[in-house]
Amino acid sequence: MLTFKGGIHPPEGKALTEGKPLKRLSLPDKVIIPLSQHIGAPAKAIVQIGDEVLTGQPVAEASGMISASIHSSVTGKVVGIGSFPHPVSGTGPALVIERSGEDIFYEHPRYTAGDCDKETFLKVVADMGLVGLGGATFPTHVKLAPPSFKKVDCIILNGAECEPYLTCDDRLMQEQSEGIALGLLLMVKNTGAEKGIIGIENNKPHAFKKMCEVCRPYHELEVVSVKTKYPQGAEKQLIDALTKRKVPAGGLPLDVGIIVQNVGTAFAVYEAVYLGKPLIERAVTVSGEGINEPSNFIVRIGDTYERLIREVGGLKEETVSLISGGPMMGFAQYTAQSLPVIKGTSGILALTEREVGRTREAPCISCGACVDICPMQLIPTQLVRQVKNKRYEEAAALNINSCIECGSCAYVCPSKIPLVQYVRLGKGFLRKLSARERAKKEEKK
Amino acid sequence: MAEKFLIKTSPHIKNNLSVAKVMWLVVVALLPAYIHTFFLFGYRTVWVSLAAVAGAVVSEALMQLLMKKKITVYDGSAFLTGLLIAFNVPPSIALWKVALGSAFAIIVAKQLFGGLGYNIFNPALAGRAFLMASYPVAMTSGWKAPAGGFLSLDPALTQGFSGPAVTKFLDSVTSATPLNALKTARAALNDPELDVPAREAVEQLFSADSIVHSFFGRIGGCLGETTALFLLAGGLFLLIMKLADWRVPAGYLGTVALLTWAFGGIDGIFTGNPLFHLFTGGLMLGAFFMATDMVTSPLTRKGKWIFAVGCGVLTFTIRMWGGYPEGVSYSILLMNIFVPLIDRYTVPVSFGEVKA
Ligand code: SF4
Ligand code: SF4
Repeated sequence: MLTFKGGIHPPEGKALTEGKPLKRLSLPDKVIIPLSQHIGAPAKAIVQIGDEVLTGQPVAEASGMISASIHSSVTGKVVGIGSFPHPVSGTGPALVIERSGEDIFYEHPRYTAGDCDKETFLKVVADMGLVGLGGATFPTHVKLAPPSFKKVDCIILNGAECEPYLTCDDRLMQEQSEGIALGLLLMVKNTGAEKGIIGIENNKPHAFKKMCEVCRPYHELEVVSVKTKYPQGAEKQLIDALTKRKVPAGGLPLDVGIIVQNVGTAFAVYEAVYLGKPLIERAVTVSGEGINEPSNFIVRIGDTYERLIREVGGLKEETVSLISGGPMMGFAQYTAQSLPVIKGTSGILALTEREVGRTREAPCISCGACVDICPMQLIPTQLVRQVKNKRYEEAAALNINSCIECGSCAYVCPSKIPLVQYVRLGKGFLRKLSARERAKKEEKK
Repeated sequence: MAEKFLIKTSPHIKNNLSVAKVMWLVVVALLPAYIHTFFLFGYRTVWVSLAAVAGAVVSEALMQLLMKKKITVYDGSAFLTGLLIAFNVPPSIALWKVALGSAFAIIVAKQLFGGLGYNIFNPALAGRAFLMASYPVAMTSGWKAPAGGFLSLDPALTQGFSGPAVTKFLDSVTSATPLNALKTARAALNDPELDVPAREAVEQLFSADSIVHSFFGRIGGCLGETTALFLLAGGLFLLIMKLADWRVPAGYLGTVALLTWAFGGIDGIFTGNPLFHLFTGGLMLGAFFMATDMVTSPLTRKGKWIFAVGCGVLTFTIRMWGGYPEGVSYSILLMNIFVPLIDRYTVPVSFGEVKA
């Protein structure tokens, strides 16, 4: 079975929702659309309070090299622009649009694989506001347009979905297999790659079978089963498992000729090109032991966590923690009120005390568990010792910057040391240090 | 909806292992051997272990109280140290001496170094070394052939490992351990002045009978040295529960077996009896429960191999040529010193790292 070295096996929790088909939610009466839903510069609003907008109409445009445009997810009127809760950054500027009725779709051009050349393809992907839907939300058109000196020979679709509880990619692969395959074909063709590989963890046999069936006619596509192990869906680990290529430390998948995209993104590419549909909705898993009826939904961007939770029968008494994304790398939320679903929201999880298991930090007993499972082959406990002693240079020499912040070390530590949290701290300091040094050098010049 | 939730950074779930769970599970792994020693030595086992555990737990609590630290005796680490010390003393030792050994282990080897996680030496072994240095007689001549328990009611068993030649050769067979006997016999072998059946003694010690006896624990020794079979069972439990890394016992036992087989015989190379060495003395206990102590063994897999092989080489060396019949505890203590160094030089190549 293909996999990578290290990794952990947290309880999957997928049984709660893996049998739940993606259900389209009724249209929200009001959406809150943050201007920053991607990595890079926030989009710039191009509408004003009082403007009428159609479903799919651009309401904010990309600003700068790395940015993504944003579209209205309902037909209605812009009623507010201001600061609103944001699942990743806490708060951020957002547009509020009140729905006035059923969807009236804003017209975008449609293409077929035949009449969509590379330039058009990239423009469509950019215009439709696509970003990586696995949670990292890197603008897709940027990722798909590498500098010309980097040769890409393979596009990998990440269907690992290694985060516990999340099953929306699994459902999407079962229900929209055709679209995913066509989206991948578009990406393969327009990046000059030779093949596309879809990597699926072996705990999703239905999705695997379905994808195999739809990909069979296309000789350049391959569906591969990988071992169920966290973080199998991390870019470098997935590439290693599927191709045995090792992305060099500090490098990008491009350095080994690969671009990794999420299966949801492939489906969005298909919809954008063939149907002229911008990224105005996404698949979301609402699950966890604290949820009354765990479900999978297709949700409009800007719909609120609050409404989704109401939709699944509310939260159980025991809920102590509300997570946006998966339990390993997601973001804890203070409240669900007015909290919008954004392009990167793959899951909404309500966890109880039993799953969260709050415990005091004890001293490291050198058990070596964190060392054994680190998928980057680092020594988390020593990184943390250096960070605690403010010896950042030593931490850097131990490759602290290679850490992918997967959290596996903190998960296994019997002493409950928040290892990855300390590592993040150390990386933050190093970033500041190097920025300061760069500034100094600039001054000298 | 106005609930307010916990704010913390990812990961939001953790496995359910804790330091206390690790320690108590190791205690559980020692239970089969403990019960067996109870059958061998009777209530003596209970008193000795009570003294050892009480000494350890009370000193830990007192030290933490004095040093104004949080009292963490419930985490089982002091209990485990105490129990291991009990396994490392002869059954006839005075109870206050055992308790003192435990106190030394906890106070000097553990708390003064900063407490759990900061100690360099395995506390139980440090305690044993302290007792060996302070009460060498009580620690080495207090051996009893298994007696006082139910199993030893069979007089044939109290004879233990010994055969007629050994009996004739050593005046007090029933109070010696097989390793003692071997050491003395080997010394006699090289001393032509002595007219004793040393060769026969060695042969009998290496005989199948003697091996079987030692494997099933019908020999003299410390509480925990007499039960290879049950220590092995507990050790396997540790490995299966992933509470100990298999590399340590494998590397340690493998090295000792290989070296004693190759160089441990009296008729030239590869005439030694590795099984004799594996099942006697404190090797099983040391390899599965002492060398695997997480705090005092290396972090990385490669480091664990180096550490284990180092322990094996030292143990073999002491057993063959050292001043003591047994070398397990000193070997491990010595290797403990090198752990920081081993850790430093076994940093694994990280993913995608290009070594210049
Ligand atoms: S150190 Fe970083 S890469 Fe390694 S397990 Fe921890 S979070 Fe993951
Ligand atoms: S897992 Fe925790 S206790 Fe074990 S070595 Fe790593 S930091 Fe130390």
